[in-house]
Amino acid sequence: MNTSHSVDVLVVGGGATGAAAAYDLARRGMRPLLVEQLDLSTGTSGRYHGLLHSGGRYAVRDLETAAECIVENQVLRRIAPFAIEDTGGLFIATPDDPADFPERWLAGCRTAGIPTESITAAQARTQEPALTPRITAAYRVPDGSCDSFDLIHAFVEATRALGGDALIYHRVRDLIREGDAVVGAHLEDTRTGERRTVSAACVLNAAGPWAGVVAGLAGLDVGIKFDRGAMIAMNTRWVNTIVNRLRPADDGDILVPVGTVCVLGTTSVHTDHPDDYRIEAWEVSKILSEADVVVPGIRHGRALRAWAGVRPLYEPPEAGHDDAEGREVKRTFSVIDHAQRDGVRGLVTVVGGKLTTCRLMAEQAVDVVAAQLGNEARCTTAGDPLPGPHAPRYHQLGGRLHKLEHGELPGELICECEMVTRAQLEAAIDAYGDQPVALDDLRRDLRLGMGPCQAGFCSYRAAGILQQKKGHTGPDTVEAFGAFVDERFRGVRPLLWGHQLRQMYLDELIYRRTLGLDQLAEQPTEEPAHA
Amino acid sequence: MTHHNPLHLIEETPFTADHCLKCNICTSACPVAPLTPLFPGPKTVGPQAQRLREPGEPSPDHSIDYCSGCGICTLVCPHGVKVMEINTQAKARMTETHGMSPRNWFLSRNELWGRLGTPFAPLANFAVRNRLLRLIVEKVFKVSARGPLPGWAGYTFRGWWKKQAKRFPRPEPESDANRVVYFHGCSTNTYEPHIGKLAVAVLEHIGLHVEIPPQTCCGLPAQSNGDFKAARRYARTNIDSLVEYARRGIPIVGTSASCMTAIKGDYQHVLGLEDEDARLVAENTYDFMEFLDKLHREGRLPADFQPIERELPYHAPCQLKAHGMGRPALDVLDLIPGLHAWEIDADCCGIAGTYGYKAEKRDIAEAVGWPIAQQVYDAGADTVICDTETCRWQITSLTGAKTIHPVELVAQAYGLSVDGYRPPVVAAAPPKDKETVPGW
Repeated sequence: MNTSHSVDVLVVGGGATGAAAAYDLARRGMRPLLVEQLDLSTGTSGRYHGLLHSGGRYAVRDLETAAECIVENQVLRRIAPFAIEDTGGLFIATPDDPADFPERWLAGCRTAGIPTESITAAQARTQEPALTPRITAAYRVPDGSCDSFDLIHAFVEATRALGGDALIYHRVRDLIREGDAVVGAHLEDTRTGERRTVSAACVLNAAGPWAGVVAGLAGLDVGIKFDRGAMIAMNTRWVNTIVNRLRPADDGDILVPVGTVCVLGTTSVHTDHPDDYRIEAWEVSKILSEADVVVPGIRHGRALRAWAGVRPLYEPPEAGHDDAEGREVKRTFSVIDHAQRDGVRGLVTVVGGKLTTCRLMAEQAVDVVAAQLGNEARCTTAGDPLPGPHAPRYHQLGGRLHKLEHGELPGELICECEMVTRAQLEAAIDAYGDQPVALDDLRRDLRLGMGPCQAGFCSYRAAGILQQKKGHTGPDTVEAFGAFVDERFRGVRPLLWGHQLRQMYLDELIYRRTLGLDQLAEQPTEEPAHA
Repeated sequence: MTHHNPLHLIEETPFTADHCLKCNICTSACPVAPLTPLFPGPKTVGPQAQRLREPGEPSPDHSIDYCSGCGICTLVCPHGVKVMEINTQAKARMTETHGMSPRNWFLSRNELWGRLGTPFAPLANFAVRNRLLRLIVEKVFKVSARGPLPGWAGYTFRGWWKKQAKRFPRPEPESDANRVVYFHGCSTNTYEPHIGKLAVAVLEHIGLHVEIPPQTCCGLPAQSNGDFKAARRYARTNIDSLVEYARRGIPIVGTSASCMTAIKGDYQHVLGLEDEDARLVAENTYDFMEFLDKLHREGRLPADFQPIERELPYHAPCQLKAHGMGRPALDVLDLIPGLHAWEIDADCCGIAGTYGYKAEKRDIAEAVGWPIAQQVYDAGADTVICDTETCRWQITSLTGAKTIHPVELVAQAYGLSVDGYRPPVVAAAPPKDKETVPGW
């Protein structure tokens, strides 16, 4: 079946930038359609560490990004308070770090406009008792933690409310070129194979690491460098403030308390593929041992899950650092107007940047789109708060337990670790209407299966409820269940020692020995005909 | 608190939540969870909820109030999660957030009521046994009319001891090796002084010089009601008073297994008192029967036991199980010829310190303890042995049987009698004790 319809702007990529761009377009009166090949927030944005940058991390070698971060930090706090926890941030120097760095860093912060507050080592340790006593300098900065799931969903909901739309699990097969203009795209539903054609006055390419692939569909070349970074989520919040190392940015120098966990990150490894999510053993050891310098003992704590994200880095050719890699490449973003650069109208690519600056990236990209479409409305996304839950939602610590404890979350507990009840799960399934829904989608909606047992106890319960609600057949459910378990197990594989090894062994006993999942998953074979 | 050892923080109670594999062993062992929908079980309120509690923020908890604090969860956890300790700390946070009810305050101050009631014992005893008064108290203060409150002895163990020591001064021993400190606890001091007297008599029979330094409530009632401030104050007083003896290697023994659990473990793992003094005192503290068992293993326990021809059920209190030392009372009672003490197959008597006195929890407490009553009935026993006072009172109220501390049997077997007290189990038989403590 092939349906077709027409929109003003087709936004490619359901990450933070794409979602913010769709929202911006809708506010300026241009009807956007957002298209995402997987679920919202599954690429780089969903794989980020959760740090709402104050900009301090870039204050020495990337002042432009630092200045953008502090401005956008304040904007996001204002427009999306529900997605942000005001943890505050600390920059901590130890005797191992270069002694002249704090001076340079402070100067950078002053230039970028990042407020800093010098505190004593004792004050730092009163605020965060887990910190090492070996502190030579400590500063407070306005870092925060940000839930990218919440933020992106809020952008998309707001877009829909303004008449825009979003299609998930749709891949761009082709960009349609008419002469020197891109005029639309052929989309394919990755789950049903259904195709549709969308004509658009402009395509905004916000596909992150895949931006080069998308531009390639129009025969254009955007040279993106892929930089993979690994992160580890610890079981509990060892710190309640973001902790950064006060030294030139390096592997394993941030600790981010976000939701129920503390994320340790990150590494920076050049790769040739936009979906290279490998985590090598050295990355895990490096992250844990670096974190252990700041928070002694943390490497013996329970590491829940490791994952990697791919940063799309782009250095405009005019910058002249062609051979720069990883942390040498600046974190600024670029908006490429292909009409100017390549003489092809109807395509704008935005690439690079940080999650913290997603709104600004969207604004500047939409400015270019608007200019092409002759729209003269000004950007207003920094002004009004996003419609969205203004009180802290599920993902914030304490709130969920409070609701459960005070009878606001009735029904059986399905995911015990993250406290998801049957009623919540059913409501989340209902929200998909007729659309197909996978357990992994529900995980992103509710944090189902994201706690210590990594879906050891909730997956089969949730699979059963999903089958009941959607009227699935047994084999459907076994497949969905198996896929979810595999995906959860993938994130634990780099951490199989101690706690998680014991946990996975217990989980395996449940799945294989008790439920016989691997046998269920095997297709029943036809009886061979007797001769 | 200072953290010198880099592994220190991870060893602290809240971080033991890291070890939880969700296996549910604690929840299936919990005596309260299957009885009430108001308590979702130790795993849920313990290691699971712990990840969602934010230091410094108001407590989100509610159902944890229904945790009895018996500690069976911690005992059965195969992975080392300090479930009960996590829960008790969360209870304290809840009390900090929402304040303490007058009833809970009242129940945490048994030390005070013990002292205040002593001069008015007859009146006080009349009051706690008066059905009508108790019903009024239940209505107004929510203290269950069926909760087995003890009676006042009318004098204190400490007062008795002071007089004894004056009338019959004990010679100072040559070395600290023959000294022992006795921790009597509040119940022995004001409700059941005979247990203290017998304990002292047994210790002296063994040839030890008994010291009874100043002491106060162990703090456990305040701790389990979430009043950590008061609990720490009590704990500190005791530690300060006992540490000098601990430094000299003098053992500290006590006849209330729950007080001894507090000193041995809770001061550190629940109240977070981790200084050297607290550690020293904990390391030198023994439950009374554990101490006798230790002496026996060292060949220092006299074997001159007279036979007691009885078969008696024994209940090991949860707090005693938490010591992780087996059943020393059974081991020691086994030495008495003719005596067969057998362990009741039940987890908890239900009272859990002050839990079973709370009107809204009394039904749960009775249901938890019911398996004990059943086995006592089935055995036709008229007396039950138990190391902790509130458990004894609860068992008596559940079964109608008399309850005794194991030291009563040990004293009887040694032929020791103080002020004519005879344990109920042998009271009916003609007195045959020849030996009396010299000078008593």
